[in-house]
Amino acid sequence: MNKKRSVLQISLFAVIAGILLGFVVVAITGRSPFNMFVALVRSMTGFNLTKPSQGINVTYILNWFLNTMPLILTGLSVGFAYRTGLFNIGGEGQYIVGALAASVVALTVKLPAIPHTILCVVAAMAAGALWAVLPGILKAYKNISEVVICIMMNYIAMYFSNWVVRTFLEIDTKTNARTIGFPETAGFGKVFANNPSNFNWGFLVVVVCVLIYWFVIEKTTFGFSLRATGFNKESARFAGMKVERNIVASMAISGAFAGAAGAVVILGIFKYGRIFSAMDNYGFDGISVALVGMANTPGIVLAGFLFGLLKAANTNLQLFNIPMEISELMQATIIFLVAIQYGIILLLDKFDNRKKKGEVVTEGGAAK
Amino acid sequence: MKKLVKILLVALLACACLAACGGETGGNNEEKVSFGFVTDIGGIDDKSFNQTSWEGAKKFADEVGLVEGTDYKYLQSDSESDYTPNLTTFADEEVDLIIAAGYLFADAIQATVNNYPDQKILIIDVDYLAGENLQQAVFAEHEGSFLVGVAAGLQAKAAGKTTVGYIVGMESVTMDKFEAGYQDGVWAVCPECTILRDNANDFGAPETGKSLAAKQYDAGAYVIYHAAGGTGNGVIQEAAERRANGEDVWVCGVDTDQYDYGKYGDGSKSAVLTSMMKRVDVAAYNALKAVEAGTFEGKVVVYDLAGGGVSLPAENPNLSEDILKAVEDYTAKIVNGEIKVNVTPKTQAEDARVVGQK
Amino acid sequence: MAYAIEMLNITKDFPGIRANDNVTLQVEEQTVHALLGENGAGKSTIMSILFGLYQPTKGTIKVRGKEVNIKDPNVATELGIGMVHQHFKLVDNFTVTENIILGMEPKTKYYTIDIKKAAKRVEELSKQYGLNVDPYAKIEDISVGMQQRVEILKMLYRNSDILIFDEPTAVLTPQEIHELMGIMRNLIKEGKTILLITHKLKEIKAVADRCTVLRKGKYIGTVDVADTSEEQMAEMMVGRSVSFAVEKEEAKPTDVVLDIQNLNVKNVKGLLAVKDFSLQVRAGEILGLAGIDGNGQTELVYALTGLTKIESGNVLLKGKDITKLPIKQRLESGISHVPEDRHKHGLVLDFQLKENFVLHCYHKEPYAKNGILNPKAIEEYADKLIEQFDVRCGQGKDTVTRSMSGGNQQKAIIAREIDRSSDLLLVVQPTRGLDVGAIEYIHSRIVEERDKGKAVLLVSLELDEIMNLSDRIAVIHNGELSGLVYRKDTDENELGLMMSGSIKKVGAANE
Repeated sequence: MNKKRSVLQISLFAVIAGILLGFVVVAITGRSPFNMFVALVRSMTGFNLTKPSQGINVTYILNWFLNTMPLILTGLSVGFAYRTGLFNIGGEGQYIVGALAASVVALTVKLPAIPHTILCVVAAMAAGALWAVLPGILKAYKNISEVVICIMMNYIAMYFSNWVVRTFLEIDTKTNARTIGFPETAGFGKVFANNPSNFNWGFLVVVVCVLIYWFVIEKTTFGFSLRATGFNKESARFAGMKVERNIVASMAISGAFAGAAGAVVILGIFKYGRIFSAMDNYGFDGISVALVGMANTPGIVLAGFLFGLLKAANTNLQLFNIPMEISELMQATIIFLVAIQYGIILLLDKFDNRKKKGEVVTEGGAAK
Repeated sequence: MKKLVKILLVALLACACLAACGGETGGNNEEKVSFGFVTDIGGIDDKSFNQTSWEGAKKFADEVGLVEGTDYKYLQSDSESDYTPNLTTFADEEVDLIIAAGYLFADAIQATVNNYPDQKILIIDVDYLAGENLQQAVFAEHEGSFLVGVAAGLQAKAAGKTTVGYIVGMESVTMDKFEAGYQDGVWAVCPECTILRDNANDFGAPETGKSLAAKQYDAGAYVIYHAAGGTGNGVIQEAAERRANGEDVWVCGVDTDQYDYGKYGDGSKSAVLTSMMKRVDVAAYNALKAVEAGTFEGKVVVYDLAGGGVSLPAENPNLSEDILKAVEDYTAKIVNGEIKVNVTPKTQAEDARVVGQK
Repeated sequence: MAYAIEMLNITKDFPGIRANDNVTLQVEEQTVHALLGENGAGKSTIMSILFGLYQPTKGTIKVRGKEVNIKDPNVATELGIGMVHQHFKLVDNFTVTENIILGMEPKTKYYTIDIKKAAKRVEELSKQYGLNVDPYAKIEDISVGMQQRVEILKMLYRNSDILIFDEPTAVLTPQEIHELMGIMRNLIKEGKTILLITHKLKEIKAVADRCTVLRKGKYIGTVDVADTSEEQMAEMMVGRSVSFAVEKEEAKPTDVVLDIQNLNVKNVKGLLAVKDFSLQVRAGEILGLAGIDGNGQTELVYALTGLTKIESGNVLLKGKDITKLPIKQRLESGISHVPEDRHKHGLVLDFQLKENFVLHCYHKEPYAKNGILNPKAIEEYADKLIEQFDVRCGQGKDTVTRSMSGGNQQKAIIAREIDRSSDLLLVVQPTRGLDVGAIEYIHSRIVEERDKGKAVLLVSLELDEIMNLSDRIAVIHNGELSGLVYRKDTDENELGLMMSGSIKKVGAANE
C-alpha cells in the first residue's frame, strides 16, 4: 500500500497540484485561466475550444510528440544512472557531444541513407557514453563527486563542440554560424511529409532506447548487478560484483542515452551542425523527467510526455496571452513536490484518515 | 476518483459552452491588418534586434489602432527548436504577416515558406532564401560602420592615438560587413591606425565583452566599436567605468542609439562616442505598411545609407563639429557612389594594421 | 494489586495475516513485566497498539482500570505511556538536554528556549533515578549505554510512568546491561511500571517479576518469573524443548582447507591491524576466532574475502594461492561468507528476497543465460531455500527484504551461503541480535555443515557462542594470534586472559 503510494500517487499528486497552481497564478495575475485551459487542450489534442469549427490540427499533437522525444531519452539517461546510485547531471554535455558526433559523421562519412543515419546515432551514443565515462571513472576509483565533474563537463562539452565545428567542419558561408546542411542520407525524415511539424522517424530511436532501458534494467544480469550496486554498494561488493566497473558502465550507458537525444534533435530538427550559443537544457530537463517518473520505464515515458506537453504548450500559452513562464512555474512546482515526497505522503495519509472517519460517520448515520 | 471525473466533465462542459457563446479571442478582423512576431530566446525586451523590430511593428500597430493580444502578438522561443512550431502556429492562425528578426531563423523560415507558400513573411538580415511571399530585409551595415570608423579614426587622431578596437559577437557574413566598413572608415581618415580585433563568440555574454574591452583598452585602444549585441553591453560598461575613473577612452554602439547605456557619473555624460543605427524598426514598419496598402513584395529589400536604413544617431553630443562635418561629407560620398565600401574585412595576414586572429 | 495496563483479548489483522490473536496482557503497577517471544511472534504489534501506532481489530485496552482509546502516540503520551525504542531517536550533534526537550521546549518570556531550566530538571531526574547523565554532553560524545539513558530520561521528563523497553540490551555491553538492570530496579522503586520486550531469558530472570509469552501471534501464558526456569520459558516461547548447549559429535578434521600464512593487513587508517598472523582451518572442524571487538577480526575477514588488500603473507585455499584473486574469484573458488553486518554487507535490503538469494550466482545458469535473467529459475530456487531454511516472510519470495525481521534476514543469508556449498564457511557474528529459536537453528546448521566435511571459521564477539560451537578456538589480540587451543582443554577464564593479551598460548592445538 505504502509502496504503491510512494511510486504513483506522489507523482500524480505533484502533477495535478503543479497544474492547478499554474491556473491559480494565472487567475491571480488577472489573466484568464480558461484561456490557459484552452491552450493546454490545444497543445495536447490540436483542438481549439474557442474555435471548434477549425477541427483538430494534428500539427500540435505532433509537436507535442516531437518535444517529448529528447526528454524521454535524457530522462532515461538520468534514470539509468540513478538506478546505480549515481546522479548524472551531465546529460546536457553528453547531449551536446552526441549532437557533435552525429554532425561529424553526417558531414564526413558517405553511406547510403539508412546505414548513414544509423551510424550517426551510434556515433552520438558512443560520444555521449565516452563523455560520461570520465566522471564515472573519477567517481568509481577516486570517489570524486560525479555531480561536480558532470557540471563542469557540460560547459567543456559546449565549447569543445563549438571549437570542433568551427575548426573541422564545413561552415555555412551565408551565416558563418552553423555548418552546411547534412546530406540527404543523414537525418530523420518527417513521418508525415505534408505536415509542417518536424515530427520525424527519430522516434524509433526513442522506442528502441526505452526498450533497451527496460530490458537491461529489469531482465539482464548486468541490470541486476547495477541495481544491487545502486541500492547497496557494499553488499554488491561483498557479493563479488565489480562495483567500480558497474559505476563506469552505468555512466557510459547513461551518457549513451543522452547522446542519442543529441542525435535525435540534430538529425530530426536541425539537420546541420550547430554552434551552440546557449544550452538546450534537455539534459537538465531529463532530471525532472527521471525524478517524476521515479526512474522506472513507464514512469519515465509518461513523465516525458508530460514535460514534453508543458514545453510544447509554450506556443499556445503565449498565443492565448498566458506568459510562457507559467509553463516553467508548473514544471518547477511538480519537481518541487516530487522532491519533498515525504511531506506529501504525510499529507495524503492525513487525508485518507479523515476520509475514513467521514465514512464511519456516514455509516453510523445510515444505521439510524 | 469519481469526483475528479465529475469535476473534469463540468469543466469541459463549461468550456464548450463558453466556446459556443464567446469566441472573441484570437481571430483577425477583416479590415484590420494582423501580424505575428516570433522572437528568439532573447525575447521582446532584449535591448537589441528583437526589441527594435518589435518597436517598428508596434509603431505601425499604434498608428492603425491594432490591439495587442488580439490583432497582433509575439511568440517568444524557448529554444532553437521552437522556431518552426512558433512560425507554423502563426501561419495556422492566418495572420497577414509573420515577422522574424535574425539569420538564426533562416532554416525555420524556409521550412514555413515551403509549407505555407501563400503566407506573407518578413525576415530581417537574410537575403538568400526563396519564396514568393517572403520579403527579406538586409542592411548595408558596412556603410553605417564606415561612418563609425570615420568618427572613431578622427577622434583617435585628435587625441594623438593610433590604435582603435573592434569586438564582434560572432563571426558571420553579416558580421563581416560591420568590420569591413569600420576598417574602411578608420583607414580613410587615419591610414596609420591599428585596429585590434576580438571575437567574443557569444552575443549574450556581457562578462566576456567586458574583459575583452579591458584587454583592448589596456593594449592601447582609444575607441572600441562593438558589434556584439548583449555582449557589447559589457564593452560599454567597461568604457563607462574607465571614463568615470578619469581615463580617456571611448566606445561606439551598434544597432540602436546606445548613448544612454554608456552614461556614467551623474548621468550627464556618456562613454558612447556614437552608434551605428540599423533601422530594423523601419524594415518592420515598411513591410506592414506595404501589407496594408496591398503592395507587399516577396523580394530582397536593401536598407542602405541612402534609404536611411543605416545611419548615425541624429544627436551626437560626444562628436566635435569637425568630425560631424567629416561624417556628413563621407555620407554624401557613399550615397552618390563616389566611395564603394568593402563587405569583406582584411585579416591580420592580409594587412598588418589588423591585430587579432579571426 | 492494581493493574497499570490491561490489554484484553486483543486481535490485530493485517491484510493476509493475523499478527495478534486474542492476546491478553495484564501488567501490575510497580513491577517489571516481560513480554517474551521469538521474532515475528507479535510483540512489536501489541506494543505498537499500546503506543497508539496501530488500532486493534478487536479487544479493549484499560489504563489504570479505565478503558481508553489510544488513537495516536500523543494519547499514549498523555496517558503516561513512554517507549524506549531499540534504535535510539536522538540528534547526534545536540546536547542531552536539547534532545530531551525536543518537541516540548520550555520558553522564556522572550520566547527563546529556556535551556537552563530544562537542564536543571534533567539533572534532578538523573539524580533521582541514579542515571548519572551530564545534561550538557553532546550525544555523539557519549557511549551507547548513556544514550539509552537519555532515551529513558526523555520519558521521565514527559512524566511517563509506564515505560516500554523494546529490546533494550541488544546494543549494550555486558557491563552496560548490568547497569541497566540496576536502573530498572530504581525506576520500580520510584513508582514506575516497566514493560520489557525481549527474547533474552537471562535478563528476564534477572530483572522481571512476571512474564507473558507470545508465540506466532497467539497468547501462550503468563508466569511468575521466580517460579519458572529459563528452560520452561524457552519451551513456552518456541513450543518445544530447547537445548542451549549445541549438541554435536566429536570433530573429525581432515585436510587443511584454509591456510593463512604470516598475514599482515592494514586497517583503513593505514595502521597494521593484522600482524604476522598464521592459522589453519581443516575440513570437518569449526574453528572459533575469539577476541575483543576491534582487535583485527574485521581486517582479517576482509583480507580473506578480498575486500582489503593484503600487505604481505599468503592465503591458501585447498593449497591454491588466492592471495591476489579478486573477491568474486575467491568466493567462487570455495568461500561462503556470512558477513558481520547483514544490513550493510549481507543483503540488498531494497531487493526482493528472491533477488538476495541469487546475489552471488545471478549470472550463472540456470538463473541466467547469455546475460539474461531467468525469473522462473530464480523463483524456484527462492521457494526451495525459503522452504528448506524456514525463512518467514510476508509475501514469500517477493517480500522486500527490508520488511523482514532480523532473524529471518539472517536466515536468508545463511541459506544462501550454505546452499552454495563451499569448502570454507566463513561465519562472522552469525546470531547477533537474534532470538533463541533462530540462534538454535543457525547453530545447528553450522554444525551440520561441519559434519558434511566443510571447514568453518567462526568469528564472534560472544564468547558463549564460540565456546558452544567450536572444536578449536583461536584468540586474536591486537592483531596477533594470542591463543590456539582445543575447546575441550580450555575454559572461559583462560580465553579471557588470552583475549586481553595477558597470556599467550600458541601451538598447543596446532596440528
